[in-house]
Amino acid sequence: MAVQADKMVDARGSFCPGPLMELIKTVKTAPVGSVIEVLSNDQGSAKDIPQWVNKVGHELVYSEDMGDHWKIAVRKVK
Amino acid sequence: MSQNVVILGGGVGGTMVANHLVRTIPEEIRSGEITVTLLANEQKHTYQPGFLFVAFNEGHMGQFERNEKALLSPGVNLISDNIVRVDKDAKKLHGEKGVYSYDYLVISTGSVPTFDTIPGQAEDSHNFYTRQGAFQLRDALSKFQAGKIVVTVDVPHKCPAAPLEMTLMLDDYFRVRGLRDKVDITYTYPIGRVHALQSVADWALKEFENRGIQYETFFNLSEVDTRKKLAISMEGSELPYDLLITIPTHRGAKVILDSNLGDEQGFIPTDRHSLKMLGDDHIYVLGDATNLPISKAGSTAHYQTETVVQNLISELHGLSPRAHYDGKVVCFLESKMDQASFIEFSYNRPPQPAVPSEMLHWFKLAYNEMYWLFARGLL
Repeated sequence: MAVQADKMVDARGSFCPGPLMELIKTVKTAPVGSVIEVLSNDQGSAKDIPQWVNKVGHELVYSEDMGDHWKIAVRKVK
Repeated sequence: MSQNVVILGGGVGGTMVANHLVRTIPEEIRSGEITVTLLANEQKHTYQPGFLFVAFNEGHMGQFERNEKALLSPGVNLISDNIVRVDKDAKKLHGEKGVYSYDYLVISTGSVPTFDTIPGQAEDSHNFYTRQGAFQLRDALSKFQAGKIVVTVDVPHKCPAAPLEMTLMLDDYFRVRGLRDKVDITYTYPIGRVHALQSVADWALKEFENRGIQYETFFNLSEVDTRKKLAISMEGSELPYDLLITIPTHRGAKVILDSNLGDEQGFIPTDRHSLKMLGDDHIYVLGDATNLPISKAGSTAHYQTETVVQNLISELHGLSPRAHYDGKVVCFLESKMDQASFIEFSYNRPPQPAVPSEMLHWFKLAYNEMYWLFARGLL
């Protein structure tokens, strides 16, 4: 994890709106090039965040299983 | 010397905190040891879930509005002013009519539907997130005989059940009018399922399939082409529409943005358990105004009220604030014009929607009336 996140979103315990929508919300207003890290204890995040990132054309920087939560970072590229 | 509690915002959270606070410590309010002032920029208090019913002509706006003054206990000092700046260092609020000092401040300024962040949205879309929007949608739906209706959902938005309710009620509304076979309904959602809550998404998907409602996931509206009548997503999809209903993104209140109290979108960094503003020992935040990753909804503010009031009273008495908010949210979900479900969850307790029934629908309608008792602090 050499990349330093510009912004961290702690979405642990978020069932609704949930980690991915918290991420989308943050990405939308972040400057292009910035890295946003999401903390999530939703197992589904390890799958649905990369899926959205891939679909919209951003970059997945890392996805780490921290035991009781996931740490996932995304770079906004456009 | 008296201690001043000032509450900024006359919506669900502000009104409930004010009433619960003065009802819990009546002697200190009566003696003037503690004063509670509510600053509101509107004289009318609106129960916003009513907009959905107004849009379907199932309710009248008057049912969902009361004068703020009439909702408040006599111990609350209501001041009608538009606060333009919060100076947390000086512990003062600057309004158009005056300056107000506080010992403790409660911020409950809500969130604001914002239409100008997406090109074309303000020009050619309908919504049920504003008073005016609900009236205009009601009129548009009553004239709609055939064509494509598209529902889009932006983030963040308040009342996460509402987009689904709108879609399911649209289906029923046109069935009742005998027009369903002439109306295409397409629902879209920002993530890879049709609702944030997996259990709700699983249930709604079956409803969509049974009722012939089209849907598209991973759809985040980026532009409305008003000439070609296309809803365009950042994922590259284009959906033609005759009537576009958007759930707009929400921002924090202008005073929060102007006072640099919030993040880029105007939501205030808040401790998820104590509900204290991060970095300030004299400010509590509740409802949509926080940056917490939970539902922006009246019920969230309702359940947070107890924590804020308990913590405020501890602090006013020189004790440590120990009450913890556990993330509890409860919401009803209208699944037809005469049927509803019910969901409850918290930070640690996953939601499980109740089986939709007519009884829950009537309970929701009863809650619409009971809300005024909750707002007054009587329930």
